[in-house]
Amino acid sequence: MLEIQGLSRRFDGGTRALERVDLAVAESEIVGLVGTSGCGKSTLLRIVAGLDHPNGGEVLIDGRRVTGPRPEVGIVFQEPRLMPWLDVTDNIRLALDDFDRAEHKRRIAEVLERVGLADFAGALPKELSGGMAQRVAIARALVRRPEILLLDEPFSALDSFIRISLQNHLLELWEEARFTMLFVTHDIEEAVALSDRVVAMRGQPGRIHKTLDVTLPRPRKRTAVEFQAVKEEILEALNLEDEAAA
Amino acid sequence: MSLNDALRRPGDRGGQGLRAAASAAARGPRDLLSTAAWLTRAAKALLLPLGLVLVWELFSRTGIFPPNLLPSPSVVLAEILSLAEAGDLFTHIWVTVTRVAFGFLAGAAAATLLGALTGYSKQARELLDPSLQALKSVPSLAWVPLFILWFGIFETSKVTLIAVGVFFPVYLNLMTGIQGVDRKLVEVGKSYNLSRLKLVRKILLPATLPSYFVGLRAGLALGWMFVIAAELMGASEGLGFLMIDGQMTGQPQVIIASLILFAILGQASDAGLSAVARRVLSWQDGFGSMSGGKKNA
Repeated sequence: MLEIQGLSRRFDGGTRALERVDLAVAESEIVGLVGTSGCGKSTLLRIVAGLDHPNGGEVLIDGRRVTGPRPEVGIVFQEPRLMPWLDVTDNIRLALDDFDRAEHKRRIAEVLERVGLADFAGALPKELSGGMAQRVAIARALVRRPEILLLDEPFSALDSFIRISLQNHLLELWEEARFTMLFVTHDIEEAVALSDRVVAMRGQPGRIHKTLDVTLPRPRKRTAVEFQAVKEEILEALNLEDEAAA
Repeated sequence: MSLNDALRRPGDRGGQGLRAAASAAARGPRDLLSTAAWLTRAAKALLLPLGLVLVWELFSRTGIFPPNLLPSPSVVLAEILSLAEAGDLFTHIWVTVTRVAFGFLAGAAAATLLGALTGYSKQARELLDPSLQALKSVPSLAWVPLFILWFGIFETSKVTLIAVGVFFPVYLNLMTGIQGVDRKLVEVGKSYNLSRLKLVRKILLPATLPSYFVGLRAGLALGWMFVIAAELMGASEGLGFLMIDGQMTGQPQVIIASLILFAILGQASDAGLSAVARRVLSWQDGFGSMSGGKKNA
């Protein structure tokens, strides 16, 4: 489905963000990218989204090389990034530019229903709370029914109650649509709660340090001993003392 | 699932509260309340000028202010009324307003065209902006002799001068406004492969409007300044001419009357423009829109 092969990225200033990263994500799989800050995980996601370009290697979606934003890929950023001058409906409509206009209304109503914001179709972003705004952003990404959903630290700006609620909500949406999901986070609990596989990145330039299958059954109980054990394992993989020694 | 619902609700309730407050604002009692608040604010703003006028009237009547230099407010008012009765006043106002209007339209149109071009295209910016910036460093009034030589003493030179004054603030604000559009929002458009036209219409244009309006208002203020300069230098009609006339004939009340009329016209045109801006920019969520504690309760 999604293949990342030998991906390297060096910025114009000379900073090396990624060095020969390989990763394959299967259809409907949920992969969480965790790592220390500056390990290039967001850069990796941006390249997959077609918003940045690698200096070496390539990204393939269904065997086709990514050279720019792709219609079958949806992205959710760290901030909602809603246009403050457009209401919720028109913000979501931005993602449907290449769709038939008759289709817009139905799709938007449906996706708003799914993220629980049907009553807010006409609201301006300034009338929304942070969690609601981020749900609109998720709706905007999902309205195209993407095959792949990319999320760049999507809930990091929200308080922990809303964050847990949105993580569960995202899983519900995934259960319904079974898109492939690749997300970046620095919240290890989030990675364990959502992922089928957690990929730990480290270093500068970033490399994949360890890959960890999470086989816990869903729904996952965050307080369970097994859950905590997986968290420990990831924490160890990211151990900062090691990094200093390396 | 139930935990999920329970957790999701607090955020929603906050949102519904906001919407309820917003729709309440549109209903009756709230309107009355805001009218009352507006009246109090207007009364507060008028307190100082009214007091000053009162003191001025008092000082003029008692002869502390020499009436041949500073006539009393009632004399000024009488002058305005007699000018109005004679019909001259409206001609002067009309001439001045027309000059400002044409100068403003011409200057703003040119600035919008060039500002949009240099803001949007790096090529155009590198090609045009240095020259325009160089022209900007010529103090605008320094153009007067040249304009009079080129366009004569009549309307064209005056309107051109006003247009030059209006041009630069509009141009600068539009160009920097376009360049300052949040890259993150533009990226959203790019990630959905919006066409160039859609990107401009849905993202760049609305994002630029706030600073464009700042430019228009600054330009309009300069337009009023330059119409006075143009009319002082040679005119047979207009409020600026009226001032010169008052000076020549030793009638300070005429000068002061024109001064007040300029203030009223400038204020009214700015209020009109900012009313349009408020309407167009009602989506803004800034410090300025936090009036009355409606938001984020």
